[in-house]
Amino acid sequence: MLEVRGVRKSFDGFVAVNDASVSVARGQIAAIIGPNGAGKTTLFNLITGHLRPEAGAVVLEGRDITGLPPHDVCRLGMGRSFQRTNIFPRLTVYQNVQAAFLSHRGRGLDLWSRVDELYRGETEALLASLGLRERAGEVSGFLSHGAQKQLELGIALASEPSLLLLDEPTAGMSVSETRETIRLVERIARERGLTLLFTEHDMEVVFSIAQKITVLHQGRVIAEGAPADVRADAEVRRVYLGERR
Amino acid sequence: MRAPWELALLAAALLVPALGSRFYTFLANDVLIWALFATSLNLLVGYTGLVSFGHAAYFGIGAYTTGLLMKKLSLPFLIAFPAAGVLAGGFALLFGFFCVRLTRIYFAMLTLAFAQIVWAICFKWNEVTGGEQGMPEIPYPSLDWMGRLPLVGGLRTSDHFYLVTVVLVALCLWVLRRVVGSPFGRMLTTIRENAERAEFIGVNVRRYELAAFVLAGAFAGLAGGLFGIFNRGVFPDFAYWTKSSEVLIMTLLGGMGTFYGPALGALALILLNQQIVSYTEYWPFVLGTILIVLLFVFPGGLAGAAGTALRRLRRAA
Repeated sequence: MLEVRGVRKSFDGFVAVNDASVSVARGQIAAIIGPNGAGKTTLFNLITGHLRPEAGAVVLEGRDITGLPPHDVCRLGMGRSFQRTNIFPRLTVYQNVQAAFLSHRGRGLDLWSRVDELYRGETEALLASLGLRERAGEVSGFLSHGAQKQLELGIALASEPSLLLLDEPTAGMSVSETRETIRLVERIARERGLTLLFTEHDMEVVFSIAQKITVLHQGRVIAEGAPADVRADAEVRRVYLGERR
Repeated sequence: MRAPWELALLAAALLVPALGSRFYTFLANDVLIWALFATSLNLLVGYTGLVSFGHAAYFGIGAYTTGLLMKKLSLPFLIAFPAAGVLAGGFALLFGFFCVRLTRIYFAMLTLAFAQIVWAICFKWNEVTGGEQGMPEIPYPSLDWMGRLPLVGGLRTSDHFYLVTVVLVALCLWVLRRVVGSPFGRMLTTIRENAERAEFIGVNVRRYELAAFVLAGAFAGLAGGLFGIFNRGVFPDFAYWTKSSEVLIMTLLGGMGTFYGPALGALALILLNQQIVSYTEYWPFVLGTILIVLLFVFPGGLAGAAGTALRRLRRAA
């Protein structure tokens, strides 16, 4: 499904991601973990086209997407959420999700139809599955942090992606919000047959849902495999899991 | 024009010449054209989140286009007026292509730079634009047919032109209103709210910004086309940066958060100017004071303040 081959990116001489390779199979739930500054978000940005790798390639379903701009990557079936919550704050919850439907279905250059009723059914159904149906009319910037994260997931899902990238989906959430969100993500991934790649700092979350884990340290992949293997990996224990004890 | 109050306003505008005052009709005509100009700018400032400091360029290009075609080539208004929109939109496409590659202050500075180039060309190209002297005596459109109509037949030519302005501005505003209420308009607001996120719902941000820039330029051009005739002459200062700032002030004063805010701003600024200039020569001083109060007390502009007041009244009732 997704093949990242030896990508590299540096900022002013600091190598943030160095020769990193990650692969995700169709239908898999995969996680990228690593200490702060390991290059997780940079790697995400390389995959989604927000950054251009200096070396290496990103291949989505057999197609080389290296260097494509984000809006094209999005159209090819990749959705993403951002670490810092990324919504349209002065639009309503409904408008946030509807906008993604409009864009995805190619209606964006329609200058004449009245926008309000377009894709109402789809939008409301998606909001319902996220538990946001009752809040559809609220201005999204006033929602709680957890609800905004859920809304962001909704925006990503409205593009009907086959591969979904979530950058720290539970960042800044309380324990109960985290649990709720993870259950939601897992359920939606299953229902929609999504392939999921996420980064996460909460190890409990990672080991509870990921089928495959890639460990990043100082921009390099130091381990990759099933959760049990990664947990047992000596190198990982030393640089990462060990640090947390 | 769905809502009845919009129709009522249109009817009221059409009745202004019936007051019989040349001055009121003149004032109303001025307001209408600036209202269209400010509303076109708001497509960028209020809806797309792009602050243009050079919107007068397209106003000027439109004015010169209509003026040249009608005065030098004696073409009818029916061709010269749409041509203003087409040419202004064309230049907006050319300049906008470069502008949308920059963001924020750099975008604003580049729009200003292009506008100053337009102004310099108008100022210096004597053979075509009349240079510094401008192009006086732009003819009125031939509106003799209106003289044969009942009710309006007896009015002056300037009143006839005013009625044409009312109809054309109403049409343009109706089109713009449809555009901002369309899926395209919604995409523009997603760019304003969060361009990074907009990219990742599949919006080609630059292309949409350019489309908005061209539309805004085209409608500014139409406003300019009307203004040259209304003003009985076209002058280089139409494209000067002070015009760009004037229209930006109207937009902010009226409120960029609502569709009719900028039009309200045009009305308020022109009436204020009219009133205050008759008392004091320190109009810029008064304007500055108004702006300071506005920015601190009513950041949503007049329309924003009115909306808040209305909601409070409703809650109290």
